Amino acid sequence: MYAWTGNMIRVNLSDKTIKLEKLNNDDMKNYIGARGLGTRIYTKEVDPQIDPLSPENKMIFITGPLTGTLAGSGGRFNVVTKGPLNGTIAASNSGGNWGPELKFAGYDGIIFEGRAEKPVYLWINNDQIELRDAEDLWGKDAHDTTDLVKAATDEEAKVACIGPAGENLVKFACIMNEYNRAAGRSGVGAVMGSKNLKAVAVRGTRGIKIADYEGFLNAITDTRAKLKAHPVTGAGLAAYGTNVLVNILNEHGGLPVKNFSEAAVYPNAEKISGEYQAEHNLIRNKGCFGCPIGCGRVSKNKGKYKGIGEGPEYEATWGFGSNLDIDDFEAASKANFLCNELGMDPITLAATIACAVEMVEKGFIPREKADLNWGDTDMLVEMTRQTAYREGFGDELAEGSYRLAEKYGHPEYSMSVKKQEMPAYDPRGQQGIGLEYATSNRGGCHVRGYMTSPEVLGIPEKVDPDTTEGKPGLLKVFQDLTALVDSAGICLFTTFAIGLPEIAEELRTATGLNLSDEEFLLVGERVWNLEKVFNLKAGLSKKDDTLPPRLLEEPMKGGPHKGNVVKLEEMLVEYYQVRGWDENGVPGQAKLNELGMTDVAI
Amino acid sequence: MFNIKVTVRLFATLRQGRFKEQVFDYEEGTTVADVIEQLNIPHKELGIVFQNGKHSELQQTLRDKDILSIFPPVGGG
Repeated sequence: MYAWTGNMIRVNLSDKTIKLEKLNNDDMKNYIGARGLGTRIYTKEVDPQIDPLSPENKMIFITGPLTGTLAGSGGRFNVVTKGPLNGTIAASNSGGNWGPELKFAGYDGIIFEGRAEKPVYLWINNDQIELRDAEDLWGKDAHDTTDLVKAATDEEAKVACIGPAGENLVKFACIMNEYNRAAGRSGVGAVMGSKNLKAVAVRGTRGIKIADYEGFLNAITDTRAKLKAHPVTGAGLAAYGTNVLVNILNEHGGLPVKNFSEAAVYPNAEKISGEYQAEHNLIRNKGCFGCPIGCGRVSKNKGKYKGIGEGPEYEATWGFGSNLDIDDFEAASKANFLCNELGMDPITLAATIACAVEMVEKGFIPREKADLNWGDTDMLVEMTRQTAYREGFGDELAEGSYRLAEKYGHPEYSMSVKKQEMPAYDPRGQQGIGLEYATSNRGGCHVRGYMTSPEVLGIPEKVDPDTTEGKPGLLKVFQDLTALVDSAGICLFTTFAIGLPEIAEELRTATGLNLSDEEFLLVGERVWNLEKVFNLKAGLSKKDDTLPPRLLEEPMKGGPHKGNVVKLEEMLVEYYQVRGWDENGVPGQAKLNELGMTDVAI
Repeated sequence: MFNIKVTVRLFATLRQGRFKEQVFDYEEGTTVADVIEQLNIPHKELGIVFQNGKHSELQQTLRDKDILSIFPPVGGG
């Protein structure tokens, strides 16, 4: 066995049994690893109709074959489960060193099933695997939990855990690993909380075998040279982090303001930008395992919200910034630091608060219930804390924007797709990302086919953001390639500099799988279809492949894309055709068979 | 004859030794490439150029009251 370890750990939390299992060879070849292989294993075992927070749900922590190798940016793992925020298939992706450490211990992944009677954590030290009591850890934040678990196990252990938000079943709780990395979206932390699983600590000291050592060295040397030479991965991301996008999206006219209710141009964008952060708050950049890019931010607040932490990334700065009409970088940063400590997804939290502010302003949520206002930084920090502990109005925010807006009679103010909140790109300024949001298998999300890259950043080449022409075909390629990248165990940011040929060569030489570039891309298409089939069986349908009415009906109020709405329907018809699905977006058995998925029934 | 006014905004590393935002008077017929040259921005340091928020080509001519936003190659997400 090369690149993979071939070993999975199965932990039944109900009866506390721990078993080792071997990976299935066909599944490894067809779904590769991480997001793909995790979804394959999960969908074979779990009924799509189950309640995500019930003991019947399972959760799979899983790496890819390139995780922990010398492949550029090979630090990723995925958490696959049914997400409680919206009931879609969740594959939440994180970096850091936790995934590589699991490989070094000798395992590709862990399947958790059932529910522990009392809080526990799992401790993996190479061959020794044990469930330990975690009652003393319950209630601790993610940073304290990490410190305490390391002290109780091994200072070199890598710890993934939940904070209070996960324990309190906040629908968008994260799983934090090594303090500030996060499997951030879909609410996977609440699934962990529902299982009374507080942490998973790993120490591994073994290596990973490579099939064609010399070929692999050539492949990674080529990849790393390209990552270093490309101005985005070799310089820009290290200098400014993802926050450099604030000014870009603002100049482009796509930086959402006040819950997407105004022109997507924020007059004070400069004050929350990557340039501002680099000048005033940045201590240093930081990379995950084996990453030559180093986009992470170690940042310091000096004023009222003083403290040191990591981030914020672009999505959080936007959410806590322009989307709440907050131009105080340190307030946005503070809310983000709190999200890291309490274990919450800042995108969904910020969008939920923005939805609430707009509904209070419009009188749909009584002001005596929550005195929320645009631009109120203390309110932001307080609501962040209250949400994690489900105190006061935070208990309602903890359900996400869709349930909140629906409760007060106006679900249309939830800026979400399939009940998951959209991130920091107004699709009225980018038709392609509108289609991406609408068709994403986990709802509002930018990392399932990042159309901002060609539409705004001009990578790999410029396409007109205002046209719908050609977008469905381009999006399909982006979605499939992203699914392959996520399944390989490397970071999506590598694709600013490298593409399918380089990724396929790394996979071929590492694993020994003799697949062509096109056959590797087909893995991505298989993953996409497998996720889609799960969602259909979970009860989703064409009506869910849509956007909030605001984006389809309310013309953009100003800026470079003034007057635009998203022309979704025309793109969606073509998208289903390009995917080989029927007019309702259903992949037929013939399509699944063509992809070699004969044992997946629709 | 300088008869058009153009606002030039620079971002990220392009600000070093230059400026954040400045209004220039240009002759009619001035192109994006002329501005890039005047600012001594080497082509390899040039990423995205927006003219009034829309992707611009180097040979495009500038009009009065245009906003030109110039970025080095950067990305994120």
